[in-house]
Amino acid sequence: MLKELIRQVKASMGIYEPRRDRVYGLLAEFSDPGALLHAAERVRAAGYTHFDAHSPFPIHGMDRAMGLGNSKVGYIALGGGLTGLALATWLQWWTGGVDYPLNISGKPFFAVEPSVPIMFELTILFAALSAVGGMLALNGLPRPYNPLFYAENFARVTDDAFFLHIAASDRHFDLERTKQLLRELGALYVRVIEDHGHAGEEPGPARAVAEHAEA
Amino acid sequence: MSVSTATTAKTVAHAGDGYHDDPPLVAGNLSFHEVTEMVAVHTEKKTPLAWYGAFSLANIGLMILLLSVAYLFWNGVGVWGLNNPVGWGYAIVNFVFWVGIGHAGTLISAILYLFRQQWRTAINRSAEAMTLFAVICALLFPTIHVGRVWAIYWTLPIPNQMEMWPQFKSPLLWDVFAVSVYFTVSLVFWYVGLIPDLATLRDRTPATKKLRQKVLAFFSLGWSGANRHWRNYEKAYLLLAALATPLVLSVHSVVSFDFAVSIIPGWHTTIFPPYFVAGAIFSGFGMVMTLMVIARKVYNMENIITINHLEKMNIIILLTGTMVGFAYITEFFIAWYSGVPYEQYAFINRATGPYAWAYWIMMSCNLLFPQFFWIKKLRRNVAFMFVVSIFVNIGMWFERFVIVVTSLHRDYLPSSWDYYVPTVVDVATFIGSFGLFFTLFLIFLRFVPMVAIAEVKMVMPQADPHFYEHGGDGHGAAHEVKAGKHTGKA
Repeated sequence: MLKELIRQVKASMGIYEPRRDRVYGLLAEFSDPGALLHAAERVRAAGYTHFDAHSPFPIHGMDRAMGLGNSKVGYIALGGGLTGLALATWLQWWTGGVDYPLNISGKPFFAVEPSVPIMFELTILFAALSAVGGMLALNGLPRPYNPLFYAENFARVTDDAFFLHIAASDRHFDLERTKQLLRELGALYVRVIEDHGHAGEEPGPARAVAEHAEA
Repeated sequence: MSVSTATTAKTVAHAGDGYHDDPPLVAGNLSFHEVTEMVAVHTEKKTPLAWYGAFSLANIGLMILLLSVAYLFWNGVGVWGLNNPVGWGYAIVNFVFWVGIGHAGTLISAILYLFRQQWRTAINRSAEAMTLFAVICALLFPTIHVGRVWAIYWTLPIPNQMEMWPQFKSPLLWDVFAVSVYFTVSLVFWYVGLIPDLATLRDRTPATKKLRQKVLAFFSLGWSGANRHWRNYEKAYLLLAALATPLVLSVHSVVSFDFAVSIIPGWHTTIFPPYFVAGAIFSGFGMVMTLMVIARKVYNMENIITINHLEKMNIIILLTGTMVGFAYITEFFIAWYSGVPYEQYAFINRATGPYAWAYWIMMSCNLLFPQFFWIKKLRRNVAFMFVVSIFVNIGMWFERFVIVVTSLHRDYLPSSWDYYVPTVVDVATFIGSFGLFFTLFLIFLRFVPMVAIAEVKMVMPQADPHFYEHGGDGHGAAHEVKAGKHTGKA
């Protein structure tokens, strides 16, 4: 039960578990953002959930195509902001009003008005840091090892290539049928990605088995 | 494949972006790969000789800074030209000047992002870097001016054996928080924007360069361009922009409180927060312009940082310069209208007193020169805008000088009046801070992609998935397509 929950959480971060035969998933390259968007829609319609589109920049409409809801980063940032506000209020009240009260031209030891700048600054600071921290946590980053990095050509994903990855941990995953689906969607080629749990011996990318198929 | 993407993009100039009348944001019909190449190559190629030349010059400046700061620490603040009425001199002038420079970077990266101004993508990376380095220079000055610099940690709320806390009712302490939070948030914002681009550099590094690969792999956090990641990433980026926007407006407002919360004539005015913010944006854009005009030439970025980008920045300089000028005149009016003789005297003294020369340099550089940008020919003239941007920088430094020095040198009591003259150490520290700034900026240009690669790609027409419909010619695509009717050419 707990194991399944962890699996689901990891899958939401884009970290999938390999199958027993070490197959991690199938990686298909598409020619352009439009083809990738279209493929993602069809893969989703076929019932897959453990899949992801990889691209050099965010593609407009891809969240909807993949059926992803709203990002939770906003709630985390809100929580962080409120924490910062509370901390700033407490800090100024405690230090100025309780622990170290100083009478300066008869001003009150604690008042809201002169406390506003610090409250504001700490709210922003905590909200910003928790937005980034939350983003990294939800994405499962930093992630030093990723089996996809050992796939041939995948390095171009940060340059000008568009990939769709269907993970082997998906319930509908079937090596042959999924491969067939990706070919039908117009993939330039489909590769089987294996996960050996470590960076592997030189040369790195050799492990990925290439399976060419015309579009 | 990229080949087909490239050819499609090349044959169709800028259709499918929905704004057919606007000039394209990226000139020269580049493909995605060409954009990557164009930016990334500058961090990969052999260091050019010119860079070493510039770096040596900047380092000389940095040495001057270190020497003058060491001399200051050894002897105390008496080495500066401060005297009895003018207790705040160059240190505060430079502090406000450098903080102001920083603001354009955050404005470009945050406010223009919220306003969906896509032209910002070409300049936001370097403008943000400029922000960071300017804020580092700014933080230096209040730190060194406290006299006993080894006690600077007293400004932070750290529990200590003296059972002492900082005084939160002091605007100077608000500064400590405002500027350090500003620096932290700007740094995080900049770094988050960098993650996908560092991944790009990582993936381009040949296997032979082990160290480079390791460093880039460390800082890019294992970024794989997954859409699940982009989704959270974009949300976080949007939130950072939304948080940085009030922050950038608040920082200079808080800096202005240092003055406005006092009771010195010429400082105690409610116009200060908005007037300081406008001035900050004005001076920041002046500095961005100075740097961009040089950098786009040296790094052959004319296709990414186009003349249209520069023109838009010039319009902002014109707008904020006019706002600043309006504030100068309003100050004068309010001083007269208030009926307070001290206020009235402070302003007449600014314009006609012993510091009139500084006042009129400020007036002509800030109010007059930007007005030339009403003329379209001039605001598209690179040489002209470079000269004006230098004038803006000079004028805004003098604005801070005028505010700080002219208000202090003649206070309520004529017997304590004096004339403030900076010493060699004052001037050397100021010049040295430029050395620090340019040293950091040159390191940035050498090792980090100076243009946000992923963001530039995002605003290119072929990044729109609808661009590829109707057989991939892209004509009129975006308007006719409805969700779920994709035909996909592949």
